[in-house]
Amino acid sequence: MSVQTFTPREFHRQAHDALGNPQIRANFRKAMDGLMNKRRDSFGDWDLETLRELGANIRLRALAKLPDLLEQLEANCEANGIKVHWAEDGEQACRIIREICQSHDARSVIKGKSMVSEEMHLNAHLEEAGIEALESDLGEYLVQLNEQTPSHIIMPAIHLNTDEISDIMHDKTGTERTRDVDYMTAAARQQLRERFMAADVGVSGVNFAVAETGTLCLVENEGNGRMTTTVPPVHVAVTGIEKVVEHLRDVPPLYALLTRSATGQHVTTYFNMISSPRKEGEHDGPSEVHLVLVDSGRSRIYQDDELLDTLRCIRCGACMNHCPVYTRVGGHTYGTTYPGPIGSILSPHLMGLEDTKDLPTASSLCGACGEVCPVKIPIPDLLVRLRRESVGEGRGNVAGAGVKRTRKEAAAWKGFQWMATHPSAWRAGTAVAGKLRALTPSKLGAWTDYRTAPKPAGTTLHALVKRHQANKTREEER
Amino acid sequence: MSARNAILKRLRERADGPLSAPESDFAVVTHRGWSQEERLVRFERWIASVHGEVIHADGDDWTETLARVLADKGVRRLALGKQHPVAAEARRALADTEVELVDVDRDIESWQREQFESVDAGLTSTRGAIAETGSLWLWPTPDEPRLISLVPPVHIAMLDAHTLEDTFFDVVEAQGWAGGMPTNALLISGPSKTADIEQTLAYGVHGPRELVVIVRHAGTAVGEET
Amino acid sequence: MTPVKLYPPKPEKVYFFGTCLVDLFYPEAGLDAIRLLEREGIEVLFPEDQTCCGQPAYTSGYQQEARAVAAAQLGLFPEPWPIVVPSGSCGGMMRTHYPQLFAGTDLEEQANEVAGRIHELTEFLVHVCHLKLEDRGEPEKVAMHTSCSARREMGLAETGPALLAQLGQVEVVEQARAAECCGFGGTFAVRHPEVSAAMVEDKTTAIAEAGAQRFVTSDCGCMMNIGGRFEQQKKPVKGEHIASYLWRRTS
Repeated sequence: MSVQTFTPREFHRQAHDALGNPQIRANFRKAMDGLMNKRRDSFGDWDLETLRELGANIRLRALAKLPDLLEQLEANCEANGIKVHWAEDGEQACRIIREICQSHDARSVIKGKSMVSEEMHLNAHLEEAGIEALESDLGEYLVQLNEQTPSHIIMPAIHLNTDEISDIMHDKTGTERTRDVDYMTAAARQQLRERFMAADVGVSGVNFAVAETGTLCLVENEGNGRMTTTVPPVHVAVTGIEKVVEHLRDVPPLYALLTRSATGQHVTTYFNMISSPRKEGEHDGPSEVHLVLVDSGRSRIYQDDELLDTLRCIRCGACMNHCPVYTRVGGHTYGTTYPGPIGSILSPHLMGLEDTKDLPTASSLCGACGEVCPVKIPIPDLLVRLRRESVGEGRGNVAGAGVKRTRKEAAAWKGFQWMATHPSAWRAGTAVAGKLRALTPSKLGAWTDYRTAPKPAGTTLHALVKRHQANKTREEER
Repeated sequence: MSARNAILKRLRERADGPLSAPESDFAVVTHRGWSQEERLVRFERWIASVHGEVIHADGDDWTETLARVLADKGVRRLALGKQHPVAAEARRALADTEVELVDVDRDIESWQREQFESVDAGLTSTRGAIAETGSLWLWPTPDEPRLISLVPPVHIAMLDAHTLEDTFFDVVEAQGWAGGMPTNALLISGPSKTADIEQTLAYGVHGPRELVVIVRHAGTAVGEET
Repeated sequence: MTPVKLYPPKPEKVYFFGTCLVDLFYPEAGLDAIRLLEREGIEVLFPEDQTCCGQPAYTSGYQQEARAVAAAQLGLFPEPWPIVVPSGSCGGMMRTHYPQLFAGTDLEEQANEVAGRIHELTEFLVHVCHLKLEDRGEPEKVAMHTSCSARREMGLAETGPALLAQLGQVEVVEQARAAECCGFGGTFAVRHPEVSAAMVEDKTTAIAEAGAQRFVTSDCGCMMNIGGRFEQQKKPVKGEHIASYLWRRTS
């Protein structure tokens, strides 16, 4: 299978391809329907609105105190023996991790799931330095075997069905072709256990970093996260600077929201809280633990009161599960590490609007994402904000602001403004449109490829109301 | 300027000005008010729903239950601690049986492959459990290290019924976690699982395929309490 | 979603904001809405200078243009009567986004005041008029399509179905994924026509498979989209604005 590359610049072409691929369409539809139902059922007897309110509140509090909490996190981690590193961008973070690996003469890195590491293309960076980086989350492993990137932030291989996965495992690892999921899972277990034992360094992400105790929390079902953070002699955790929370007691509500929103689970198999490397007298666990805090555009988002809400995200993926656009075009179409609604409000900050200008418009603003967001991020409002930025009518706080503004479109909206602020011209215009309805083209660009063209009615509401009022007056006079 | 200082400076000199931090009301994640009986029912229902096996045992002869579980699962080599009363009692009870007891108070480097390939089950104590989610909580120790509950294909956990609490939040607060966290704190809710192959659940992808929880009821015969 | 609203008692008069889509494409729906209100003994004021709420420019990012258009509407409702809008989309724009649009400007107070008086038509009929309907039509199976703006932005998933439920001869069919967007989304349908087409295709399939002879909606954008798709497929399922449907069957 050839390596597929996707870019946000080609959203339209990639959407076209995905829409025309029945396999992709069926895989996503089935998966997203299942996830939506499971989420709904999992909040059954919870006061969901109050819980979401609390989730939003905890994240907002963490952001309000962000610089202090990062310093507190750093101090407590260091006191516990965890070495803390700071990176301005992905490249710096990659370099830090590579240097840690090199200082241990590492040849092989095993990875737990980490979207930040995807965001900074860590695997490619390490491989260029001759260090093999192997994904251990089953979905990530399959995607890596298939030379792809994840199509969903929680379920990386959701674009693949059982038969496709069987083929990939057969082609790349020599397993039997089968539809037996237990067989394939057992085979992956066997393959990866060898790699865990051989790995020099484990790299993981972080779901919540707790400032008051210097604790890194990892949420998972498979146990690969625990393996990654326990078996190799060195553990490097990498995370965005926004993942910090103030207190340990802030964690239970966020964890409750995360698992239910993500996959409809009442809890995951493991909640793994790491506060230090192996201590004197302990018999397992890494002797070194590092935490790499990555900015990569986040502190820029932080500057703006409205955009700030973007940083509340706890990466559950519910917004994509419920997005009618994501459901149809799949994750790869977006061409970004984070697909779907959260990706469309986050990627422009990470990559600039020039490359991502089609993402904020790739939404019907139906509001499903905002409705399910466990920390109440007003995603539709942020999509509109980025549309504003991309046509140069925002605050200019996003890289590439104004890139989508064209003279023609701007003039059209000025024209609309003029009409809609000159009522008598508006009435005359709409009346004429009605009179000329026979002349309305039956082809209206893309609209009429799939639908008949709307025809103006023969008259306008303004005219009907006038007639209606005249009739009423006549009746009353009679 | 270092990356650290540059990032912190940007955050501190926020363009739209300082933010005010709201207070949080945690009522929604606490005050369940469940009786011990309700806690047990919930715990068992939730952990069973994710393939955890729950077996109730009488306080005095829980090791007989353990022996039965080991026989049922065909466990020949059991990894366990020495000092924790759970491990010590298990060792005494299993001393004259076929089951080979594997010491875990050794640095993993000296027996990694043995642990990965020839241990059938790991036995651990637990510090408590959470009724709301069906979760065990463990703070691994030198006596019962981290990997014992992860690497062997079967994890057997001994839970004292009276240590059940309502919610995760309640555990964190009541047990004063913030006052001092161990190297590793764990919630375990069922055996290792994945749904990464077309949403089909499969167990034992990296960690144990089976989780057996022996719930020990103090001073009463099995079944009497619930 | 806007917070729970406290509804006023039935007023003597209301303002009617027809919306530009109704004005140009579905004026009968607007007139039927006015007739329904008048039948409840309410005098309907129709400010002649109304044009458009400004939403198309707003969702396209043309903030200044949207604000100018919205500003031109703000002065049209000088008396404290409720303002009824036969569209969840335009109603949502005026209720939710006008305050944001004018925040920090001279018009902020006026915008907030107007926003507080905005009612979507079905909301007004149910919660303010406590409308009672007597069905005089033939038996029919219909599907209700509540727009995303009505459902999520205005929190009005129930009002349309509640009105239809009063029509004794009408069976409202259950459609698959009723809460999913039809793919209109204003300029979304133009900017991402293929994605939009895939969405409306699924919506028409769901409505047809549910056995509906007709679909009823409270938003003309959705109607234009779903109805246009049915028409192009030459399927007999027709769309109708809920105002017209209610008026037709009860007058």
